[in-house]
Amino acid sequence: MSKRFELAVDRIKCDGRGLCAEILPEVIRLDSWGYPIIAPGPVPEHLMGLAQRAVDDCPVLAIVLRRAEIQRQKAT
Amino acid sequence: MSRLRLLAGPDLAAGAERLHSHVGRLGPLPKGGHSLIELLVRTELAGRGGAGFLAGLKWRAVAHASRGSAVVVANGAEGEPHSKKDRLLMSTRPHLILDGALLAAASVHAKEIVLYIGEEHHSALRSMTGALAERTAGERRLIRLARAPARYVAGDSSASVHLVDAGIATPTTTPPPTRERGVGGAATLVQNVETLAHVALIARTGAATNTVLVTVAGAVRAPGVLEVDTGIAVGDAVQLAGGPSEPPRALLLGGYFGRWIEAADAWSLPIDPPALRARGLSLGCAVLGVLPASQCPVCEVAGIMRYLASESSAQCGPCFFGLRALADACTRIAERGTDAGDLQRLQRWSAEVQGRGACKHPDGAVMFLQSAMKTFGDDFAHHPAHLRRSA
Repeated sequence: MSKRFELAVDRIKCDGRGLCAEILPEVIRLDSWGYPIIAPGPVPEHLMGLAQRAVDDCPVLAIVLRRAEIQRQKAT
Repeated sequence: MSRLRLLAGPDLAAGAERLHSHVGRLGPLPKGGHSLIELLVRTELAGRGGAGFLAGLKWRAVAHASRGSAVVVANGAEGEPHSKKDRLLMSTRPHLILDGALLAAASVHAKEIVLYIGEEHHSALRSMTGALAERTAGERRLIRLARAPARYVAGDSSASVHLVDAGIATPTTTPPPTRERGVGGAATLVQNVETLAHVALIARTGAATNTVLVTVAGAVRAPGVLEVDTGIAVGDAVQLAGGPSEPPRALLLGGYFGRWIEAADAWSLPIDPPALRARGLSLGCAVLGVLPASQCPVCEVAGIMRYLASESSAQCGPCFFGLRALADACTRIAERGTDAGDLQRLQRWSAEVQGRGACKHPDGAVMFLQSAMKTFGDDFAHHPAHLRRSA
């Protein structure tokens, strides 16, 4: 199994500061109100360093990198 | 034993059924446990709160994660404005719900049951409290009451857990889902009260129930709650509610997270969750709302979008700002007439908001709007300026 990671935003923590989209515009764009929209699917290997920076630099710690194999569970 | 109905028994106008009458009719509480979970899986009982998740699968997951410390939440928040069925059931058949909750607790090895009831559902609160007082001391020790604030999102399963834990009925970030980590960190089974009442009957007969509680609302002669046989046509349910009070235009199936359907197409639809799913529809919380031809659908939709925007718990930006923007654009079309720019914004913003909240509130609102724009496409495209708001 290859180690593939995807970015996920905690929508409640996210304040729409927009730093992530400046660091990683290849994967993250902002909606009409300044909140991040993440391109679906795993982060391309060559962008992993920037993705980690987007995670580390988020002022409210709202973004995580997680294993892409782990499917989002259906909410109850 | 033949199939049973939820609302069989004494006259509903007499209020809450007493314990001796309930036990006299149905016999004592059967045993919960692993075999009941498997029975629920086999009978494919689907949740009646709106999402329609299969109860047996949810019970299995909670039992698996329980380690003897799970919590059962009987969800009677019923924040959907037109839905009245959970309230009616709590007010008239409280012991069915308590039976179902106790069976759930025994089956998933729970240490606690929380009755989560809308704080404005006064007769339901009275009935459930009174019924609890009739049960044994052991049962009473297991059960406590929590009042859900009268907000649309309060019925979300993570919001119910948040209220019990911290006194705030706002949704929280998932995963993990409440069935893995809920009240106090314990695996938590959040189950709608009607679903629990069905369990009380299924556990006694060993067979699936074949009825659904629906609320018929809007332009009908006798709006209210009906227990209908699964599979009857929407039009038959509308007839049971006295029939349309004036010529109908469309049906809103499933409440404010539901779908708009032209009356001509809606009347023949079966009230049957799997059959509806096959048509890309959902029974949702089982509200059948009849919109009369005399009412402007665009103004109606704008009013509901303003309501849904105001009911955002204001935690997630895309929901808080997005729904407000969508509601404002709908309202502009309703008040000032169709504007091509606003129509485009509705499409673009709908796509941007979808799937971007911690809970399903923005998704439900956007799907409601998209279905309205599809069903009432001509009305949205050629709406005249109205001088005042309709809602």
